[in-house]
This record gives sequence, C-alpha cells and structure tokens, in this order.
Amino acid sequence: MLTFLVRRLLAAVPAICTLVVATFLIMRVLPGDPAAFFASGPVPTAEETAYVRQKLGLDRTVPEQLLIYVKDIARADLGMSFTTGRPVLTELRERLPASLELAVTALLLALAISIPLGVMAAIWRGSPVDHLARVVSSIGVSMPTFVTGLLLTYVFFLWLGLAPEPVDRIDMFTAPPPRLTGFLLIDSSLSGRWDALQSAAGRLVLPSITMAIFVLSPLTRMTRSSMLGVLSSDFVRTARAMGLSDVTVYIRYALRNALLPVLTTMGIVFSTMLGSNVLVERVFGWPGIGSFALNALLASDYAPVQGFVLLMGLLLVTVNLAIDIAYGLADPRARRGA
Amino acid sequence: MQPSSSIVSHAARIVTLNWLSVAAVATVTILLLLAVFGPMLAPFDPYATDLGHVLLPPSRTHWFGTDQLGRDVLSRVIVSARLDLFIAVCAVTASFAIGVSIGGLSGYLGGAFDLWTSRIAEMLQVFPLFVLAMALVAALGNDLRNVILATAIVNLPFYVRLARVEVGVLSSQLFVEAARVAGNGDGRIIARVLLPNVMPNLMIQLSVNLGWAILNAASLSFIGLGIRPPTAEWGIMVADGAAQAMAGNWWLVVFPGVALALAVFAFNLLGDALRDILDVRSR
Repeated sequence: MLTFLVRRLLAAVPAICTLVVATFLIMRVLPGDPAAFFASGPVPTAEETAYVRQKLGLDRTVPEQLLIYVKDIARADLGMSFTTGRPVLTELRERLPASLELAVTALLLALAISIPLGVMAAIWRGSPVDHLARVVSSIGVSMPTFVTGLLLTYVFFLWLGLAPEPVDRIDMFTAPPPRLTGFLLIDSSLSGRWDALQSAAGRLVLPSITMAIFVLSPLTRMTRSSMLGVLSSDFVRTARAMGLSDVTVYIRYALRNALLPVLTTMGIVFSTMLGSNVLVERVFGWPGIGSFALNALLASDYAPVQGFVLLMGLLLVTVNLAIDIAYGLADPRARRGA
Repeated sequence: MQPSSSIVSHAARIVTLNWLSVAAVATVTILLLLAVFGPMLAPFDPYATDLGHVLLPPSRTHWFGTDQLGRDVLSRVIVSARLDLFIAVCAVTASFAIGVSIGGLSGYLGGAFDLWTSRIAEMLQVFPLFVLAMALVAALGNDLRNVILATAIVNLPFYVRLARVEVGVLSSQLFVEAARVAGNGDGRIIARVLLPNVMPNLMIQLSVNLGWAILNAASLSFIGLGIRPPTAEWGIMVADGAAQAMAGNWWLVVFPGVALALAVFAFNLLGDALRDILDVRSR
C-alpha cells in the first residue's frame, strides 16, 4: 500500500510541472505583446511599454523568464493584482473557500440525485424510469449553467419570492460568523451562529442546484451502466438464488460494487464543475475565485488570471490524486497497475 | 462492412423506434436551415433599434418581444444561429482534422511520436476545459477567430486520444495484415482500411462536440470574451438581458437561453442516435 501511495504521488509531479510550464506559456509566449496590453491607456507610449516590459521581466529571454516564474511560485509569490492592489495569493486564499463550499455542496447534491436515478434506471432497464433518467440527464448537460441560474433566480427569487437575492454568500444584514475555515456553513455551525447558518445555507441553494444539474448526466449514465454490469454478474445471480431480498441484493451487494467506476468519473465531473464555477459565480454574485479571476480578466489584470488558472489545475491534479488513492484503498486490484 | 442498403434500413428502424432521435434530427435540420436562411427568415432587421417600442412583451407583431433598444428578439434569436453554428463547425472541423491525423498516426506508428503526442494531449487536460478556453482567448486576443481557435485547441485531445486508441486496436487486426500482405502502402492502409472503420465512433464524438462547442462559445461571450455586443449571439443576448430579466422582462433571457439549450440538446441527442445506429456492438 505504501509503495502504491509513493508511486502515485510521484506520478503527480510531471502533471504539476506541466501546469507551471503551461500557465507560463499561455500567458507569456503566445502572440500579442502583453506589455502593450497591460500598459495604461488604449494607446500606450513607447516609454510606457518599455517600462512595463522591464517590470514584467519581458525584456529577458524566454528561459530566463520561465526560471523567474518558477522561483516566484516556489516562494508562493503569484504577483500582485493591479485592480485590487493586493497579492494574488492572499486574494485567492480568501476566496477559495467560497468556491469550494459551492462546488462541494453541488457535488453532494448531484450524487444524491444521480445515484438513485442511475440505480433505478439499471434495475428497471427499458422502463419509463430508464427513459426519464436518460432525458433528464441529456437536458441537464445541455442547459447552459448561466441560463439555468438566471431562470431559477427569476422563478424562485423574483416570481415566487422563495429564494434570497442572488448577491453574495450571506445576507447583508447578517453579521458573518468568525472566520475559522472560510466555509460559512462550518464556521457558523462551530460558533453556534444559527442565523448566519440559515442565511448562508439559503444563499447556497440556487447556485448549487444550478451547478448540480449540469453534472447529473455523467454521474447518472455511469451509475446506470456500471450497475447494469454488476447486475448481470454471477454473484448477484447467486445472491438472488439464495433467496435474499431485492433490496439487500441491489443496495448492499450490487450498489457497493457499482459505485467504484462512478468514483473514476468524479475527476471529469469535478473538472466540469470548476469550469462552470466561473459562470455560476457571475450569475449569483458569488465572491469566489471564479468571479475574482473574471473581473481581473476583463480589466486586463493578468497576474490573478495566471494564478487562477494555476490554482484550478492544481485543484484538478489534487482531486484526481485523491480519487486514485481512494480507488486503490477500495479496490486492491487497482494498486498493482498504478 | 455491410452493404449500405441494410445500414439505411437499420437506421430507419431505429429512427422509427425512438422518437427522440427523430426530434434530434428535425431540430438539427431546422438549425441548419436557420443558419443558412436566417437573415431572410427574420421578420425584422435584428440590428434596427426602435426607441418607441422598447421592452415590449411577446405579442403578435413581436413574437419574442423587444429588448431595451427596441430590437426584435425573435429576429436576433434567428440570426444568432448562423454565428454560433459557424463557430462550432469551424472549431470542431479543425480539431477533428488535426486531432484525427495526429491521433491516427500515433496509433499507427507508435514509438516516440506516439509518446510525445500523448504527452502533449495530456498536458492540455490538466486544466478544466472552460478555464483553459477562457485563458486561451484572454492570451490570444479577444476576437471571433480566437474563440474558434481556443475551442478547437480545447477539443483536440479528445480526438487525438480516440483516434489513437481506435487505430491502435485495429492495426493489429487480421484484415489490416491482409491489406498489407496484398501490397498496400501505409498511406493507403490508413486512408482506405483504417479510417472507414474508425469513422463511426468519431462521428458520435463529432456530434456531441458540436453541441459542446456551441455551449462553450456562448459561455465565453456571456462572460464578455470573444464576440461583443451589439452582435446578435445567444450568449450575449442572455448576458444583456440578465439585468433586464431581473426587472421582470423575462423574455430577454428565456428565448435566447432556450434556443441555445435546444441547439446543444439536439446535437447531444443526435450523438445518442448516431451511437444507436452506428455502434455495431449495441445492435
């Protein structure tokens, strides 16, 4: 088990190197002169451009620039944000919990819907439930998150008045709980601030539903197909032949085995969620890293964008690593190959 | 390979069995017609502002209402089809052509070429797709051409990987050996023997990808990247209408939003339908 862990951790090293080089390449070497772009005003003078170029280190050779970039990252220095005047790392660290709280809630919600749906679709294959699962997941993956978000807001906030205003994570008039983890749900529970918990939870509902709808499809389809595979295997036939009840066979024996392949799709699901984060945060005025990066991007402030892309990549690598390790823990056969 | 008449009859049988596939084919056809004849079909000029008739709810003259500048929403929704489909078709064609050539070659040749292309394809996949597309558009410059380019680059790894695996599996099969023994060169084997057998699965990927590319382009323009106002485009129309919708003018978000979702949905369903028709294993 230990060798598996070490080997898997080492395998993440090239991915991280790729991340660093790729973020560097995307932001520095592609056509277009960033200095002219970032110098003030629409028509920067030659001196301004030259100054910005020197300040950004763009007058050096490309390998030198890469080296400087790697050193900066090693010192956890992601540069400064021109728009907020604060270090990018500080900004990202402050906003990351907001984005993660949203993504994790959405993921749990999506799992709570798609796993039962997928299991039922597999058990009653070809029945109306199966067709319903297929249609629901196809519609879900086709709905642009920003359209879903706006429609839900329109219906539940404007029309029915059930949901809170789509701004921020907590009501303006509710004092936020003391910052312990940055996750409002956890912080307010720990400090016993039930008013804050209620307000924060209320604001999470619509954005997390919006995000969950978008990832229902891969989770439902994978649950269905892996459940179908398990249901046709010998041990299920044996369990049935021994007279076990349907519920025991389906839930205790079949589902447990069917969930493993679902775990592997979680990487893709999480990747999709991180991408749609930007859109969902924009629609709901959510103060996470996505909306921060987007505002920086639209203001041509490039250090936050670079930091954001790097952080997104790192999150994805970490999640994939965690999934592989979890898979290795759950299924001893997976440890040998990796 | 089966004779083509039986494929046609098989396709016809599946289509009659599954009305969803019929709906998908119909919607895609309508979209294509709108893309070609859109400007002729639009009842009003999509760019003509009319300050005397702003924010009118749907009525008999303006089926989808008018926006804050008095422009006819229906006309703008219709005209958008061409732009969004154009982006999607260009991007997907580019990633298909390049991805399949690279992937096919690396599956066929193996060795160092295979190793390097796989590495580069993996490299593009360490980022969430939409984040990568966003970063690419920001870095390359904020215009239509770069939206197409970014969408193509982001999709590339899927084709490389799919073509590589499929060609790799097929290359070791007997009928390929037979073709080689019969004196066919590498080029002819790839073009005449391997590609036709790889096509079905690539077609499924192509259809699903078209939907995804439309979604991607609209999402980029929604956040202010790529195409800019006042261009009629579904993502921009939703972004423009968002503030208005919160003031109760729902038609500014609902109609372009639903048009966008329908387009993506149709291509996804078409992918499913193609899977049913083309995938021999599921017959």
